[in-house]
Amino acid sequence: MNEFIFFFNSVVINGAVIGSIYAMGAIGVTLVFGILRFAHFAHADMMTLGAFLVLILTALFPAVGPAIGLPTAFVMMPLAMVATAFIAVGIDKLFYKKLRENNVKPVVMVMASVGVTLMLQGLIRFFAGTGTQSLYIDDRKAIFRIDLPFESASRNLVVTEPQLLLFLFLAFAVIALHLFLNKSRLGKAMRAMSDNPDLAKVSGINTNTVVGVTWIIAGALACAAGTLLSLDVTLKPDLSFMILLPIFAAAIVGGVGSPYGALAGGFVVGLTETLAVFNWTFVLRPLEQAIPALDLPNTLAFVPTEYKITIPFFILLAILIWRPTGLFKGKII
Amino acid sequence: MALIECKNIHAGYGGMNILNGVNMSIESSEIGVIVGPNGAGKSTTLKAIFGLLNVSEGSIELRGDNITNLSPDKLVHKGMGFVPQEHNVFISMTVEENLEMGAFIRRDDFSYMLERVYSFFPDLKDKRRQPAGELSGGQRQMVAMGRALMVEPSLLLLDEPTAGLSPLYMNEIFERVIAINESGVGVLMVEQNAKQALRIAHKGFVLAAGKNRFTDTGQNLLNDPEVAKSFLGG
Repeated sequence: MNEFIFFFNSVVINGAVIGSIYAMGAIGVTLVFGILRFAHFAHADMMTLGAFLVLILTALFPAVGPAIGLPTAFVMMPLAMVATAFIAVGIDKLFYKKLRENNVKPVVMVMASVGVTLMLQGLIRFFAGTGTQSLYIDDRKAIFRIDLPFESASRNLVVTEPQLLLFLFLAFAVIALHLFLNKSRLGKAMRAMSDNPDLAKVSGINTNTVVGVTWIIAGALACAAGTLLSLDVTLKPDLSFMILLPIFAAAIVGGVGSPYGALAGGFVVGLTETLAVFNWTFVLRPLEQAIPALDLPNTLAFVPTEYKITIPFFILLAILIWRPTGLFKGKII
Repeated sequence: MALIECKNIHAGYGGMNILNGVNMSIESSEIGVIVGPNGAGKSTTLKAIFGLLNVSEGSIELRGDNITNLSPDKLVHKGMGFVPQEHNVFISMTVEENLEMGAFIRRDDFSYMLERVYSFFPDLKDKRRQPAGELSGGQRQMVAMGRALMVEPSLLLLDEPTAGLSPLYMNEIFERVIAINESGVGVLMVEQNAKQALRIAHKGFVLAAGKNRFTDTGQNLLNDPEVAKSFLGG
C-alpha cells in the first residue's frame, strides 16, 4: 500500500503538476499558432516575465495574502496577468505586426520571436539578477498531508497548496476558454480565423481585433503558468526557457491549433516524463524479501533524471513520425 | 443608377495585368453572369470588385459611390457579400456558426436572418449543428451563400457556385440564386456552366483576354451564333 502511495505522490501528482504547467503553456502556443501561423518561441520567457511581475507585486504588498489566507503571489497573479497581456499585445505591435503586414514567411516570424526571447531574458536578468528567488515572501508554503483510510497505509498523500491552486486554476482557465471559444462572438471569430483566415477576412471579421485577443489570452495564460510553476518550485530567470521544448512537444502532441489537444498533450508529456524518471526500486523493494536472489540497484529508472529533457524530444519524434497531425487532428505543420 | 458599375478596370497580380479594360453594370433586380474561356479574367474581375487585388486603372462604383480598391471588410459594411470558389466554409465550425460568422459585423439581433437563410436552404436547417466540413459539396455551397447573405447585402458576388457539383445540385443552386435575386439582392456570378447560367441571367458578360467580348442579355447571348460557336461549344 505504502508503495502505491509513494508511486501516486511521485508520479501521478507530480506528473499532473508539471503536465498542468505544460498544458497552460501549450494552450497559449497553440492559440498563437492557430491565429498567426508561427511558432512563438518567446512564449516561455513571457511566462518568466509574468512570474517576475508577480514577484515585484508580492514584494510591494507582502501582507495581502496572509490577510485572506492565500499565498500573496496567487492573489497578485490576476494583476500581473493583465500586465503581461498588455505586454504581449505591445510586443506584437512593436515586433511582429510590421512583419505580418509585409507578409513575411513564417520562419522570419519564428526568428523574430527568438530575438524577442533573447531580449526578454536579458531584461529579466538585468532587473532581477540571475539568482533564484522565492515567491513566498511573508508567507509559507502550506503542505497538505492526507491520511488514507487503509490500515496498511502509513504514508500520506502529499499535495501542496500551490499544486492545488494550480489544478483549480487550470480547471477554471480551461472552462473559461471553452466558453469563450464556443459561446462568444470574438471567440468564434478566433476559431474562424484559425480555420480559414482568407474567408474570415471576406466575412468582414476584423482580424486585428482577433490577433489582439489572441495575445491577451496567450499573455495572461503565460503569466499564470509561470507564476504557478514558480510557486511550486522557485523562480529563476531560465525557469520557463528550460521547459520550452516540452511545451512545444505538448502542443504538437495534441495537434497544433487545438486548445483541447494542447491540454491533453500537456498531461501526456508531463506524466510520461515523470514516469520515465521514476525510481522503481522503492516500489519493488518488497519483492526483494520474497525473492532473495533479486538484488535491486539503488536507482532503477527508465531514464536517469539528468536526461529527463530527452523524453519530450522522443515523444515529439514519435508523434511526428506516426501521427503528424497530433492526437486531436491539428494542422499539419 | 446601377447597383454596381465597373468602368474600364485594369487589374492583376504583381505588375502583370490580367484585366485590360472590363466594363459591366447590373441593377439590383438583375442577375449578371460572367462567362468566358479559362484565363479570361472571370474570377479576377470578382476579386477586383471585392478589393482582393489591386485595381490599377478604371473605377468601380456601388450605387454611384466609388469603392475602387476598398478593403474587403469595408465592402462587407457597404453591403457586399462574396462567396469564394474554394475553401468557402469554416470546416471545423457548425453550419449555424458559419452563418453567425457571416453576421460578424452586425451588432443587432440577426436571428430573423438565420431563419431567412434556412428558408432559402431548408437542407441546412436540419444540419445546423453539424460541422460544415462534414457536408457534401452542394450543401457547403449553400452554407457559403448563406454566410454571405447574413449581412443582407445589396450585391452578392458568387465565384463559380456550381463548380464540381452534380447537374441536380447545379439546378438547385441556380434556383436558389433566382430566389435570392427575387428577394431584392443583385447577383453577379462567374460560371463555367455557361449555357445553364446564361439562361437565368438578365445580363451576360463574355470575357476574353481580360476584356469584354460580348455584353448583352443572357437570352441574346445564347441566341447569338458567334457566341455559341466560340464560347458555348456550338
